Amino acid sequence: MNTDKNIKTLIVKKPLQLDCGKTINNYPIAYETYGSLNEKKDNAILVFHALTGDQFVAGTNPITNKDGWWSYAVGPDKAIDTNKYFVICSNVIGGCMGSYGPSHKDPDTQKVFGTNFPVITINDMVNAQENLLDHFGIDKLFSVAGGSMGGMQVLQFVSNFPEKTKTAIPIACTSSHSAQNIALNELGRQAIAADSNWHEGNYESKDTNPNKGLAVARMAAHITYLSKKGLQEKFGRKLQEREDLKFSFDADFQIESYLRYQGSVFVDRFDANSYLYITRAMDYFDLAKKFKGNLSDAFKKTKAKFFIISFTSDWLYPTQENKDIVIALNAIGADVGFVEIESDKGHDSFLLDVPDFLIAIKNF
Amino acid sequence: MKNEFKVIADLIEKDKRVLDVGCSDGTLMKFLKDNKNINIRGLEISKDKVQKCIAKGLTVIEGNAEKDLKQFPDKAFDYVILSQTLQAFLNPELVINELLRVGKKAIVTIPNFGYWKVRLHLLTKGTMPITKTLPDEWYNTPNLHMCTIKDFVNFTNSRNFKIFKSLALNNQNVSLINNTNLGIKNFFADLGIFLIEK
Repeated sequence: MNTDKNIKTLIVKKPLQLDCGKTINNYPIAYETYGSLNEKKDNAILVFHALTGDQFVAGTNPITNKDGWWSYAVGPDKAIDTNKYFVICSNVIGGCMGSYGPSHKDPDTQKVFGTNFPVITINDMVNAQENLLDHFGIDKLFSVAGGSMGGMQVLQFVSNFPEKTKTAIPIACTSSHSAQNIALNELGRQAIAADSNWHEGNYESKDTNPNKGLAVARMAAHITYLSKKGLQEKFGRKLQEREDLKFSFDADFQIESYLRYQGSVFVDRFDANSYLYITRAMDYFDLAKKFKGNLSDAFKKTKAKFFIISFTSDWLYPTQENKDIVIALNAIGADVGFVEIESDKGHDSFLLDVPDFLIAIKNF
Repeated sequence: MKNEFKVIADLIEKDKRVLDVGCSDGTLMKFLKDNKNINIRGLEISKDKVQKCIAKGLTVIEGNAEKDLKQFPDKAFDYVILSQTLQAFLNPELVINELLRVGKKAIVTIPNFGYWKVRLHLLTKGTMPITKTLPDEWYNTPNLHMCTIKDFVNFTNSRNFKIFKSLALNNQNVSLINNTNLGIKNFFADLGIFLIEK
């Protein structure tokens, strides 16, 4: 993982007590910004990335040389207009794009953490990122936005810091993982652990990588991000560069080839241990738990204006789960708008070019 | 802005909390927000219209009144508005009950099927009436439960709802409906506007 001059880092001196009990300090948060902060410092939007995202929301990712993960939505004159707003995004702790995570060296032992890194939660991620506001001298954000795990962070942020943002846009997310969500994540984690190169997370010291396991984890997850209809329309039973079935276990079908490709490019940019830590944080996320199961109480203190968006074909975080958040907010009279965007691109819709979605955000 | 909206707006005092059920493109909502400092929310079933509302900076929830009103707590709003949509629901009684639970008062407007033009059309042409307020053909109209002003008054009386005000609207003319002129208003009004409470 590259931690080089292309990545901006803030070293957070303020100690952070994690949910697991351990405290960290003097830890790095890698971040990126787009646009400029105005004089009043009230045009900042903090974007939270999802499971396999990073701080490179827009423009070009300097590590992969590909477009930023939310390029469709963020940029000059786009839905989140960087000509008007100052967009900040950071790599979550536990991640592998420069922020404190399992691929960092433990300052006490000078060895790579691996699975000795503390188990972090969404709450920890958000609390760590709040330091960025201090760094830029921002009292109140214009908005917090994010999809999937990014949406969870939005909810957590508003709950933890009710006065620190004017608006909140949680997209395609949930207030807690269902059994099915946890099961799918466990599938990915077990695939990594089953790789003979995993070495209980100490693969760095053995100079290997559980890449096969990580690739399988990614393939499984990727299926959950797409809708059945979307997959069928894009791939169907089409064959990959051949006339007929080969009666072998090569990638006969285009969908197989596609998934194998997704797996292989993923391992080039993502750390297996980070995958374990971040999926764990998502599984642990349960916003209502601290409030004795009453989700409304999580948002009681905020006057932020919410706009919740879900997608029709998202079966990973279906509309009903997003609606439950709307209901909880309505119960306390919060200012909440909601729309379900018609799309057959599945959970990934928020990352893709879905015009209705982009227009909705722009208008909000 | 439609006359109907002006009449509705006049029924609502400043600074109140209001829910507009079936808010369409948010025209009434925007008027109330801008002119009467109303804390206004909308509920709208059409994705397209929800987008239009959002573009105007309005807070709208995409949903179906028959299913989604129950998420709001009791008396969450000072007024709940239902403009010309009652007749399109599968269960209008359920919706009215929910309106009166969620709002302290409800403002319901209905196209009056007792309007003389409607009666005349059916009488003379023998086909389902088409008027400005009822422009659709029988096979593609969303209206399932048409009623007259008299029907609505009878309905609210039978359920012991209080009618604060009944207004008849015909083009530009607004007039009060009471027990004595009910029959006449039922004949001459195009639209009925009711302010009711449980």
